[in-house]
Amino acid sequence: MADYNTMEMMIVAAARELEDGATVAVGTGAPCAAAMLAQKTTSPNLVILFEAGGVNPRLPEMPISVGDSRTTWEAVKAGSMNDIMETCARGMVDYTFLGGAQIDKYGNLNSTAIGDHDNPKVRLPGSGGANDFASFCWRTMVITPQDSRRFVEKVDYITTPGWLEGGESRAESGLPLGTGPYRIITNMALMGFDEETKRMKVLSLNPGYSRKDVQDNCGFELLWADDLGETLPPGKEELAILRDQIDPFRYVIGRG
Amino acid sequence: MEDLEVLKTGQGQVFADPDPDKARAFFRGKTRRMDNKLMPLKEAVAEFVKDGDYLVVGGFGANRTPMAAVHEIVRQGRKKMAFAGHTSTHDMQVLCAGEVFDRLDVAYVVGLEARGLSYCSRKYLEDRKTVVNEDTNYGLALRFQAAAMGVPFIPVRNVMGTDTFQYGCGKEIRCPFTGKKLVIKPAIYPDISIIHVHESDVYGNCRFKGITVSDLDVAKASKRVIITAERIIPTEDIRRDPSQTLIPFYLVDAVCEVPFGAYPGNMPYEYFSDEEHLREWMTVERDPELFKAFLQKNIYSCADHGEYIAKNGGEARKLALRRQELLIKGRNQ
Repeated sequence: MADYNTMEMMIVAAARELEDGATVAVGTGAPCAAAMLAQKTTSPNLVILFEAGGVNPRLPEMPISVGDSRTTWEAVKAGSMNDIMETCARGMVDYTFLGGAQIDKYGNLNSTAIGDHDNPKVRLPGSGGANDFASFCWRTMVITPQDSRRFVEKVDYITTPGWLEGGESRAESGLPLGTGPYRIITNMALMGFDEETKRMKVLSLNPGYSRKDVQDNCGFELLWADDLGETLPPGKEELAILRDQIDPFRYVIGRG
Repeated sequence: MEDLEVLKTGQGQVFADPDPDKARAFFRGKTRRMDNKLMPLKEAVAEFVKDGDYLVVGGFGANRTPMAAVHEIVRQGRKKMAFAGHTSTHDMQVLCAGEVFDRLDVAYVVGLEARGLSYCSRKYLEDRKTVVNEDTNYGLALRFQAAAMGVPFIPVRNVMGTDTFQYGCGKEIRCPFTGKKLVIKPAIYPDISIIHVHESDVYGNCRFKGITVSDLDVAKASKRVIITAERIIPTEDIRRDPSQTLIPFYLVDAVCEVPFGAYPGNMPYEYFSDEEHLREWMTVERDPELFKAFLQKNIYSCADHGEYIAKNGGEARKLALRRQELLIKGRNQ
């Protein structure tokens, strides 16, 4: 039996993508935990930005809202939403982490409605800052559990742009050049995107999961890296920091 | 370079007139006098918040949100308003409970961020009690900024290729300078906005701490502004350090002293959000009978926000939330 759960695996995998000195725009929950873990391990100079205005806080605990007091605790600036979004729009924010109720093979995300937009089966919150971040930040990453209801051939509604219809469609759309989905981090695998087709491609399998598990829990056909590897499991130190310092009350890792 | 051309048009609706000359005509008639505007919140809402108005509340999520004013709007039974859902969480939940609005600009609604989804807000949209226009957080912030600038629209490089564009009220154009595709969005000149601050003088010169979100643009863009303040301070304090003034008096129509006015939300450096009480909201709202009694107890039967807080823990709760905000713990905690 593994001595970590799936949420811990995802947070650790996400943290490892954030290099020292980079900027990352995050929300609450797993993305924030991943950014905090990166700061406390490999990337002490990672700059965390919150869309409501918080810049580079020393987060004392997990925020409940991306605008609550914790997002400016010992921060270097308590600014405005435009301060943050303009910084993204000018090209100074490297990463963002997003989620959604549905994702398709091009990394397009739905967080608006299940079913018809004007008569939804389930109404969800909408874009918030997600569309903004995915449009402007250089690399978009998604942390999400994987199942075939979530990973679908076509999302009911594109809230947030991935590679749109694949190929050159994003570059032609008018969205800032050179931006787009980069990594999809699930409980089962780490994925990227094929350079030409922009289709989702499995880069490594998480320990304990097979190719069949990953494909069976995905509603579209996945591509596979030639050098398909195994994701490194969380290390003892990463787990200790995550459990003792970042999320002692298990608000996020308790969901794994 | 080619002329500006419209390539695509979203199918969403515009709920506030973006015409800057109509806005200017209104602002021409707005008083510039440094008058004493201190009044009870009940009077301010009665005088300045009208049925049918486009309403914006300041803050972000349940942070520095003027909840006392939101309760007062529900208590006075305002209807058919338009509302800006620019990450509106608990405020949205309360306005849905009061069935206050029927036109909604959506950036983020229905959820309470890490706390989960509000059944009451979700049902309000699923039952189609409001028309919805889709936008994004930055999109709405820019639409207020356009109004603050006195222009009818503003360009942005998001939403292209998505349904957020398709179900929004923007237009895709080709930039006459670079040939690149851009989306333009119409300005929002709100009829009324309400902003909660730490300190204001009686004229409406305001200071607040923490993130400003979109509030400075919202205050400039709005035809009428109500300020609720934790404390009223002497104007001499303002004049001694004018660099701290974030909202000047000439934008403001009413000033109301409302300590704990963001409760049960978070007020930076003052008090943390009452998570227990917010959970109660999210539990009770699933049962129509319980919810009705809950609203009666917490909104309709309350004379003011003080009574609401008194019913939910009063002074002891306030003290605990102050300590929680500052991460202060007792020796056995």
